[in-house]
Amino acid sequence: MSTVDQALSGVKVVEFASYAAGPHVGKILANFGAIVVHVESRQRPDGFRLEYPPFKDGIPGLDRGGCFAFFNDSKYGVALDLKNEAALRLARRLVAWCDVVIENMRPGVMARLGLGFEAMRELNPGVILLSSCNMGQTGPRAHTPGFGSQLSAQAGFCGLTGEPDGPPMLLYGPYIDFIASTMSVSAVLAALVRRRETGEGAWIDVAQYETGLLFIADALLDFHMTGKEATRASNDSPDAAPHDAYRCQGEDWLALSCWSDAEFARLASVIGRPELARDPQYADLAARKRNAAALRTPIEAWCGTRSSDAAAGILQEAGVHAHRVNTVADLLHDPQLVHRHTWRRRRHPVIGDQMYLFPAFDLAETPGDITAAGPRLGADNDTVFRNFIGLTEEEHAACREAHAFD
Amino acid sequence: MLGVYRVIDCSGELGWLAGRLLADLGADVVKIEAPGAAIARADWQAYNVNKRLLRLEIATAHGQDALEALLDRADILIESASPPHLRGDLFDPSRIRQRHPRLVHVSATPFGCEGPHAAWLASDLEIMAAGGAMSLAGESEGKPVRVSVPQARAWAGTHAAAGALIALLHRDVSGHGQHVDVSAQAAVLAALAHAPTFVDINDKVPMRCGAFITGRTITGARLRAFWPCADGHINFVLYGGPAGRRSNEQLVAWMRDAGADLGTLATIDCGDFDPKHLTQEEVDRLEAPVGRFFATLTKREFLEGASAREMLGYPVSTVGDVAADPQLAARAFWADVPGERGSSTRHCGAFLLVDGKRPALRHAAGSPVALVALLEQWGSTLARTRVEPITATEAG
Repeated sequence: MSTVDQALSGVKVVEFASYAAGPHVGKILANFGAIVVHVESRQRPDGFRLEYPPFKDGIPGLDRGGCFAFFNDSKYGVALDLKNEAALRLARRLVAWCDVVIENMRPGVMARLGLGFEAMRELNPGVILLSSCNMGQTGPRAHTPGFGSQLSAQAGFCGLTGEPDGPPMLLYGPYIDFIASTMSVSAVLAALVRRRETGEGAWIDVAQYETGLLFIADALLDFHMTGKEATRASNDSPDAAPHDAYRCQGEDWLALSCWSDAEFARLASVIGRPELARDPQYADLAARKRNAAALRTPIEAWCGTRSSDAAAGILQEAGVHAHRVNTVADLLHDPQLVHRHTWRRRRHPVIGDQMYLFPAFDLAETPGDITAAGPRLGADNDTVFRNFIGLTEEEHAACREAHAFD
Repeated sequence: MLGVYRVIDCSGELGWLAGRLLADLGADVVKIEAPGAAIARADWQAYNVNKRLLRLEIATAHGQDALEALLDRADILIESASPPHLRGDLFDPSRIRQRHPRLVHVSATPFGCEGPHAAWLASDLEIMAAGGAMSLAGESEGKPVRVSVPQARAWAGTHAAAGALIALLHRDVSGHGQHVDVSAQAAVLAALAHAPTFVDINDKVPMRCGAFITGRTITGARLRAFWPCADGHINFVLYGGPAGRRSNEQLVAWMRDAGADLGTLATIDCGDFDPKHLTQEEVDRLEAPVGRFFATLTKREFLEGASAREMLGYPVSTVGDVAADPQLAARAFWADVPGERGSSTRHCGAFLLVDGKRPALRHAAGSPVALVALLEQWGSTLARTRVEPITATEAG
């Protein structure tokens, strides 16, 4: 782990969390210098370890999962069987040691383990507890379990994606989990700020569902105030035309939009059809929206003879909004992301070199880093329990004998 | 929680949500807009509620003097001037650092402040394309699509808030502010979950797959996520893992109770179910009876039935479904913010509860504050020019 003084140096975080919505919070904090301990058990490892491909060489294994590693870089990994009394005593010592606890279990599970907020506060009066779950800690459906890819449908995203006369579209993975996790970072940091001033801890209740609604807040406001309901609209925009994805050479696609008549005239000129800008069919936004289907033909005629990258470069040079539709493979070589060092390779003891994602913000003075690959299960038990918590040799041996680390 | 902090928000849409989140966390956020700039649209209102509005023309010398005076007393500046060659001196990070050494300066732009595409034009469509999200949404043989309600601004704003607060914590210890350079393109990458790891580790490129979920089997078989139901669609996946197995057991029990034909489902041991190794043919056989059962349910019946059985799965909501959801009402999620003449506007409330309470929204969208009053509240003075009210109404 890096010893460079970072923005969150000295902040100590313990995660009783799994999958995405909890661990992604800790990952971001760890990238900027916090010490983050990810707690799981051999009896019940983080679901991302075994349930979610990809695996090294396609073979599932506790330490072979790229998905788990990807969301847990820069952390310390410990194995503690929370159904074991000796392990629970260690969990309580972790709570007493840290500044922030992150958990994303269903409401009530932590309390049943004896690790509810009140119990934590007795151990550590200034503790900040982030509880993140689908529906929040209260309400008639508080106990509904759920995964983010499905919650993204409940929160409206999938219904708002696709062709108007077609089915809803999936957004690949647990889209909403990462809204919740990134907003939760701000919640935890705000609580840390307050604690520095007042010494007060906090229990932060994040309903992942509610965080997602902030991403469609304008559509919800519009519905509440006017009754107008946003629906899926392909790639259309009320404010721009053309505004769509166009096929280029091969399987390549280009996203392109024009936000004024002048910008459309520049596009028409670039594609060798300057007369289109004077054609009444395309003279203004309303006309271009009406005739968007016909406009596709000359645009794709031009796009079809070149790559999306080449097309985007030419159009940007002319002052037209355009970008290739990056595939996930394209992203790894995207020149802008490469320039920002967005992807950082770190060596995992089992997986080997793996690429990790650095957060989307660069801090000029305390830049942060991916300080380590995702941890093997229980890899840091010794460091955490001997060095951080200060277990004596005898205590450590007793815990081992009691199967606390299973 | 951020009650002692002051934020100047000069941003366009890529920074709006950052200011909103900081305001919802308690900061005093002042949104600056030029006199006459339109603020009536739902997007401006939704993302600038809970901020005060200062009308100020920062392109003039007077406006710049006023801005500097406010930045002297502010903790965070959010701006989204783009492209970089049009930023001018006003938001130049070096100048800001020199003039306001304690200020956290956040730039939220499509691609970040530096790099080969920093000057490229991009709206939501191009940012969602550049960030890879469009390649993963749409029918597998069809064109890539975006979410119809713009998302890039929210991804950028959410990351900008986190970056601002990390820098603020450091500032409070070190005394030094710093520049936080947010890329909306990079922020969208968070939405892709672990898709990049497939390229990196297995050399497979995840692509859009319509209503199906991929990346859950090592055979490449895809699992159905969206199922037509009586009044729309349901999202349900035959997952493995403890929660998935429990859901599958509950589904089978529900189907039995309803007298539905279980087909191949009757032959599997739900307690040991693991879809990782299933072939597409096996998946299709298992899914057929599920599809027939779901076609008989309404979205509400599925939501209530699945919730009561503690199953994974949700209906595909419309905006209207969300607005009427009793769970949100029970948690007092909606904030009815008083406006002019006794009216009120229903906004999404703050995104969290702190110690059991949801922070209230304190300012209606567009609540005016006059420069004179703000300078006085913040204990600042103008260095060079006379303070003049910007408009008669806001001076009152």
